[in-house]
Amino acid sequence: MCDVADRRLSVRILQRSPIPLDLDFTCDSGDVLAIFGPSGSGKSTILRSIAGLYRPEHATIRADGEMWSNTASKAFAPPHRRAVGMVFQEYALFPHLTALGNVMTALGHRPSAERRSRAEELLGLVHLSDHQDRRPHQLSGGERQRVALARALAREPAVLLLDEPFAAVDRTVRRRLQDEIDELRRTLEIPLLLVTHDFDDVVRLATHLLILDHGRAIASGALADLTSRPDLPWLRDAVGLGSVFEASAVRRDPEHGLLALTFDGGTLLASDREISAGTKVRVRIAARDVILATRAPDGLSLHNVLAGTVSAVNDDPALDSVVVQIAIEGVRLLAEVTRDAIGRLGIGVGTPLFALIKSVSIEILADFRQT
Amino acid sequence: MDWTALRVSLWLGAGTIAILLPFGIWLGRLLAVHQFRGKVLVEALVTVPLVLPPTVLGFYLLVMFGARSPLGQAFQSLVGQTLPFSFEGLLLASAIANIPFVVQPIQRGFEAIPSDVRDAAACCGLTPWQRFTRIEIPLAWPGILTAAILAFAHTLGEFGVVLMVGGNLPGETRTLSVAIYDRMQAFDDRSAGVMAATLLVIAVATLMLTTTLSRRVGVRRG
Repeated sequence: MCDVADRRLSVRILQRSPIPLDLDFTCDSGDVLAIFGPSGSGKSTILRSIAGLYRPEHATIRADGEMWSNTASKAFAPPHRRAVGMVFQEYALFPHLTALGNVMTALGHRPSAERRSRAEELLGLVHLSDHQDRRPHQLSGGERQRVALARALAREPAVLLLDEPFAAVDRTVRRRLQDEIDELRRTLEIPLLLVTHDFDDVVRLATHLLILDHGRAIASGALADLTSRPDLPWLRDAVGLGSVFEASAVRRDPEHGLLALTFDGGTLLASDREISAGTKVRVRIAARDVILATRAPDGLSLHNVLAGTVSAVNDDPALDSVVVQIAIEGVRLLAEVTRDAIGRLGIGVGTPLFALIKSVSIEILADFRQT
Repeated sequence: MDWTALRVSLWLGAGTIAILLPFGIWLGRLLAVHQFRGKVLVEALVTVPLVLPPTVLGFYLLVMFGARSPLGQAFQSLVGQTLPFSFEGLLLASAIANIPFVVQPIQRGFEAIPSDVRDAAACCGLTPWQRFTRIEIPLAWPGILTAAILAFAHTLGEFGVVLMVGGNLPGETRTLSVAIYDRMQAFDDRSAGVMAATLLVIAVATLMLTTTLSRRVGVRRG
């Protein structure tokens, strides 16, 4: 078996034009690194460089224990020699081939006798067994996306690259596909890179985040750390602040449509009727949905009252609200409150506080139901 | 009815396609996919035969094929006969005159393939040659087919260039369209009429074939 360092993707890209890029990052197997940024910031160029479809001025790209690009030593593996699975923005299916034919095209490394059965297997994995003889124009947007995913997986890639994979599908399909990809990445054990300009993709799929602006990483790291950082005005503009953390569903209360979740900081009650006990979920709580109190209140309709300590206060004079970071055991929760409230409650670093959260404000992101 | 002339015409058409398609696929793809210095000039040169009067084209081809030109001398020393007024010379002239009819549809055919599809083929592990044969050729097929049919139909109808370069030698360079002219000059209206009708039938049949084939391609592809 390869060790983790061997399967790590490491990327160093430096170029001045046409799109300036100055980046240095890694992605370990099993991680999902979201590259997030406005259009034109060079996101797709990064993926294309990793795939070998684009040659930046200076690049060192290592994956699968091999050197794929090294401009210093003039080493360059052409795209067809790189074990890369890539899902293109518009899917880029071969229009003259059926879904099965599309997937089989990427199975050239397998003996020809096995290709058909392997392609059928992969289409089954993305729930498209019934559609394997259809051509791309006979498939819906979501179905095309699944064929593209099956085709990318067919190569048995050492790196999976997704370029704005949900840009062309509607919201409902998007949710389902996000869940499917999240399920897949748990079985894949390879680095997965996701380029997106929609923060929804990030919170639902990513474990790590790289925020790109004008070709530079203005922030990068584990998602949980970044989303709780109140000093990223750009993030704040894009999504509003929030905190994301992992939790487990422990008990369902079907009568009231409630779900009990445990996380590092305690227990939460969320409003949900679908998720069964025992599943792991990712939870997001928007900063503006968190109410702060200095004493534990009673006589409230609220379910969730969490005790914690203020670990940071971010007061940006340009904004009307102040972001307070509360440490609740290992989890950092963000609350957005008025400047007036800070004064009235006497909030400063170290102040013990109670965070009040309505159960409907707890957004359950990807759930990993067994199918 | 001059059967020999019909045979010369059909051979000329088939020969022109055989020579021009590989060249047209190479050049059309080059122009569609690659950006290079002088591309505009190449594209203009490709189109020139389309806008030149056939007599002007024929004149330059004759000069190019002549015994004093390097090409004419090389051909003569290799084959032992002169290029002008031979079937080979006529075939070469026909191929040159048909370049625009072949290169342009093929170029459009390759241009219609999204660059993402090309890239996806590379990411599927296909080598450049496999990408060309398994993805690009099938997708550019309507353009290639149009090119072949246009070249064939245009060769059958070509008159000026044939007369300038090939002359009017029975069984060698007298094509059906030249034979029609020849019969008219001799006041043989009946023969001319039969041959004209033959060309008309071939033209209509060719166009019907194109439409049918491209519709079939369309159904296959949506």
